[in-house]
Order: sequence, then C-alpha cells, then structure tokens
Amino acid sequence: MTAVEHRFGPYGGQYVPETLMPALAELEQAWVVARDDPGYLEELQELLRDFAGRPSRLYRARRLSEYVSGPAHARTIYLKREDLNHTGSHKVNNAIGQALLAQRMGKRRIIAETGAGQHGVASATACALLGMECVVFMGTEDIRRQRPNVERMQLLGARVHPVEAGSGTLKDATSEAIRDWVTNVESTHYIIGSAVGPAPYPSLVRDLQRVIGDEARAQILEREGRLPDRVIACVGGGSNAIGIFTAFVGDPDVELIGVEAAGDGLDSGRHGAPLTVGGQSGVLHGSMSAVMQDAEGQITEAHSISAGLDYPGSGPEHAHLRDLGRARYVAVTDVDALRAFTTVTKLEGIIPALETAHAFHFALEEPSTSTLDLVCLSGRGDKDLAQVLERLGAEEL
Amino acid sequence: MSGFTESDHQRRRAAGEAGQVASEPLGEGAARIADAFATSGKRAALMPYLMGGFPSPERSLDIGLAYADGGADLVELGVPFSDPLADGPVVAAAGTAALRAGATVARVMEVCEGLAGRLPVVLMCYANLVLVRGPQVFAAALRDAGASGLIVPDLPMEEAPAVLAACDAAGIALVPLVAPTTPDERLHAIGARARGFLYTVSVTGTTGERAAPLGERVAQIVGRAKAATDVPVALGFGITTPEQASEAADAGADGVIVGSRLVREAAEAKDPAPAVRRVVAALAAALS
Ligand SMILES: Cc1ncc(COP(=O)(O)O)c(C=O)c1O
Repeated sequence: MTAVEHRFGPYGGQYVPETLMPALAELEQAWVVARDDPGYLEELQELLRDFAGRPSRLYRARRLSEYVSGPAHARTIYLKREDLNHTGSHKVNNAIGQALLAQRMGKRRIIAETGAGQHGVASATACALLGMECVVFMGTEDIRRQRPNVERMQLLGARVHPVEAGSGTLKDATSEAIRDWVTNVESTHYIIGSAVGPAPYPSLVRDLQRVIGDEARAQILEREGRLPDRVIACVGGGSNAIGIFTAFVGDPDVELIGVEAAGDGLDSGRHGAPLTVGGQSGVLHGSMSAVMQDAEGQITEAHSISAGLDYPGSGPEHAHLRDLGRARYVAVTDVDALRAFTTVTKLEGIIPALETAHAFHFALEEPSTSTLDLVCLSGRGDKDLAQVLERLGAEEL
Repeated sequence: MSGFTESDHQRRRAAGEAGQVASEPLGEGAARIADAFATSGKRAALMPYLMGGFPSPERSLDIGLAYADGGADLVELGVPFSDPLADGPVVAAAGTAALRAGATVARVMEVCEGLAGRLPVVLMCYANLVLVRGPQVFAAALRDAGASGLIVPDLPMEEAPAVLAACDAAGIALVPLVAPTTPDERLHAIGARARGFLYTVSVTGTTGERAAPLGERVAQIVGRAKAATDVPVALGFGITTPEQASEAADAGADGVIVGSRLVREAAEAKDPAPAVRRVVAALAAALS
C-alpha cells in the first residue's frame, strides 16, 4: 500500500493548530503500521464479524424495483444493508477500527462528535466494548431531534457534552471536539465520524469504511454476474459514500452518485449541499474542500431535516472525485426525503434513516436508464420517528 | 483555487529550503516588529490581543488605542471567524458578537490602519479568510493597512509556503506558532522560517484565562523556543495576571501576549477603553 494521502488533487491538507500536528503525525504512523499488521486486522475483522454483524447483507429490493420499472424498462435495485449492523448504521465500521487503533496508541480517552447520534452511539459502543472513556460532543438542536440516540449513548456510559454555539448542529459539535482535542491531545484520541478533517482522517475513515463497497461489489457480482450501472449514497461528510464508492472507482462504467441535502431548496440557501452547489472551495475543520461560505470566507450554517447531512463541509476526496468527473453530486430537499422515507418504509418494510432517505429519493424518483442500481442503506430510521411524525403528522404517514 | 494551492513540487522545494529561508533580509514589517521588541524598555515587550470589531468596529479601535496608552508595545489584532478552532470561550464569543455587529475583514483592516500609526499591528486571522482572498491579495491589503505581521493559527508549516511567499513579497512578517507538543526537530524547522517573532504557545490547549502560576515548565518552554530561532520569542495563551507576565519575562521570554483577560474586560466593563488601559498598565508595570 502507498503512504497515507494528504491531498486529493488540491483538496485535503492539515489546517489545524500547531498543537495537533504531532498527534496527526502519530496517528498517521500508527495507521500505516496497523493496516498491515495481522494482529490488528484479525482483531478488527473478528469484531466486525461477531460484534457488528459483518458482512452486511445485499438485499434485492423487490417492490422498490417494481416501483421504478415500467413496461419497457426493468430496473433492479439492490440495497447494501448497513442498517443491519449492530448500532444501526455504517458508523460502527469506523468507530471500532479507530477505537482499536487508539488502544494500540495507548490513548484511554475517546472523544467524538455526532450529528444524527449514530456516530456517537457507535463510538460509545466501541468504548464500552474496549473499556475506554468516551465523551461525545453534540449540538443542542441535534440533542433535541435525535433524543433516542442521546439516551443510548448515556446508557452505554458515554458523557454527552451539549454544544450551544452557532446553530447547535454538527459543525459546532465538530469544532468543540477539535478544541477538546487541542487541550487533551496527549491522553485523547479523536474518533472523527466522517471522511472529513485534517489528514490522515479522510484516508483513515475511507480505509475503514471501504469494507462496504468491497463486500457489495463481490456480492452483486455473485448475484447478478455483473457490476451495477449506478452506485448511490447519501453524503453528509461523505463516509458511507466514499466507503461504497471506493471499490468501484476503478470501474469506469459504474456511475457514482452522491446525494446531499437540499434542505428547503438549493435556491433558498438553506441546505447542506456544498459539493452540488460548487463555487470556491474553503477550509473547514482542518481540510480544504467544498464548503458553504460567504464571500468573506466565513463558514455559513447548513440546514437539513436530517442531522447527519446538516453540515456545511464535505470530505476532500469527494471534491476531487467531483472535479475529476468520476462521481456526480446531487441534492434532495427535506420534503422529498420525507416522502422517500415513507415510500421505502411502506414498500419494503424497512425504515431507513432520514439521511439515507435522500439517496432513496434520487434512486426512486429521478428518471434513469439504469437497469441495475446499488443503494447504500447507510442506517436505520428508528432514531428519526419523532421528528418525522412532527413534520408529517400521523395522517400523512 | 489556483491562488492557494501549490504543487507537490513547490511544497518539497519549500521544505528543502528551510535553512536558507532564515537568511531572508528583514522586510519592513519584520523590521518594525524587531524595533518594537528592542526598544520596549521593559523586561519583555507587551502585546495585548484585540478582537477586531468587538464590541463594534469604532469601539474596538478605541480599545486598541487604550492599549497603546496603557503601555503596549505591539498589538495582536484578531479577525473574527465563524469557526475559531484555536480559541477558548471568551475569544470565540467575542468573535461571534463582532460578526453579529457587522465586522468584516475590510472593517478590521480599518481598525488596523487606525492603530498602525501608534504601534506595530500583527493581524491574527484564520486560514480560510486569507485563502479565499488569495495570499497575495491578502498580504497586499495588510501592507496597505499598515500592518507589520500576520499570524494564522491554523496554518502549520506544511500548509504555509504560499502565504509565506506572499507575505515576504509584501514586507509582512508571517509569524508562526509553536506549541508545547511540538518536537524539537520540528521546532527548529519552524524557528528557521519565523519572521518577526516566534509565537510560543504556553499551554497545550486553546486561548483562555488560566489562574495558576505558569510554574517551572515555562522556563523550559521558552528556553526550547529561544534555542530554535534567531527572532524574539513571545509567550502567549493563558497569560492573565501581571504576576504571570512577570514569570514569563523571568523565564526569558522577549514578549508577552495577553488575550482573553483583556477581551473579557472589554466585554464586561461599562466603559471599556479606560478599563482595558488600567489592565494593560498593570501588566506593563509588572514587566518594567
Ligand atoms: C445513517 C447515516 N447515514 C449517513 C450519514 C452521513 O454521514 P456520512 O456522509 O459520513 O456517511 C449519517 C451521519 O450521521 C448517518 O447516521
């Protein structure tokens, strides 16, 4: 394997206070060693298999396939069932991998940020498993809208640190986690929850999430004898998307589509779709990438019904894949995501996370000549029930 | 985008030139900073931090002028940013308030202009605000506003070459930071690239007041920094009281930076200018 990338084209880098630079170097070094160490890999694989439930299933969604097929055109939709992982999302792949890495580095205290609470729950779970201290930073607005996950984290023994700054969402939680890390860097490992942040994080998180695509590629080849026409995933920071894309990047006939949050609509400015909107790139949370910012370079607040997509930044590798034309990024509104949420629930008996519902809207409602789609079902939606009910009212369900 | 990314080739070249960079002749900004350190008449030069645009652009200028009246030798002028990762709660809150009150980079540059006639101004600005404009445009604007130096707290050595080149060309001293966690070898590489002074972070952490004496660790922190550079060493982050400022001078620091203590005074005092002048005067007295 090559060394850890610091740049993806012009994106990425390490825009952090000097205090953290030695810790980033230490983390990179630890990862370079661990990823080739049979001891680490065996332990990781055992936990992913027996604790997290990997490999996750590949499911042929019969009724969704029917729903998108017409008389003249049949399309089959497969779902990569990350929702069936222990803790209910893809986040566990990364959390376990990084917690094991932290243990090897001799760090006993873990911090994490969370939006939807799924990464917080995954980190709290990994820490319970390995007997480590865990503090999760979470915006006050997200604490309100993802209550069940807050209670889960507390039950797992984590301390949930509320963050009131800004809009009380993922950006603010991430900033506060980084500040904690600057202060406690000697004792603490920061498990960042998406493919964002300073190098080596975007690469580290991708390496730990690429299991999604590696499995799915083999599974779909076995089932269909061919690769999908399209791979579709939602993008908050971009970890489930880069996780499923990576195995297919070298297959030029497979279209890669990342679905961001359009919130109230791209024109409203109230969205979380920096990759889709484009414009000048910027630095947020330690890396250069597509960001939402004003003309001055002040980072603006994102808006999405889905806490996990409510983020003004994006993973640097996605910005690069976009510029290369290798992946395409689109955005889906709150209203459309809610509709897809109920459609998938009713047609398949699967309640998807609101994040994933964005990817579903695109797969189900945008016309396409694709005959074989692979959708990353990044997580389950139990956490979102209260919020969906609040928005839709019982009769609309 | 092309203005703020550099090719691997350029990065490698910049890294390889670490040794020679130090012998760059003093730019105008660096010369003015050197002079301020040399002629402070104190055991260590006093550099208070001012949040530009807080509580309003006009009043922040008055506060900066009061720093000068109180005996400051240089001023560190902060540009408010939406996501200040190196700052603790007091400075972060002042930044948020300044942005709400309409602070912009241009208005902070006006404050800079208003202060530069009295004392050398070193701007403290997060990377994105510099990179969005482009390093050359930003450095030229600083020069036009009379600034002497620039501190970018989230621009470590590896990311700095383009900004350093632009600042050198504009006669602005790009002041790097070193932390207690910085290993010796890296400290020397940073020290060799330092312009103006070496901003030596006294604690592992963000900005913010600390009650405890600096203690014995500080002599080691300052000593290590001084051994790594030819430029003056200024100690900052957490220095709050005149006693702590005096400790820093005793430890051999050439300069002392006081931030949160003064920003809090500006936030809490009914009439900020005279209030901060008293605090600065007490710090200056401890350093004389
Ligand atoms: C189920 C689920 N999907 C997707 C995301 C978005 O994150 P990412 O883009 O890193 O996959 C989240 C984040 O909280 C999530 O919980």
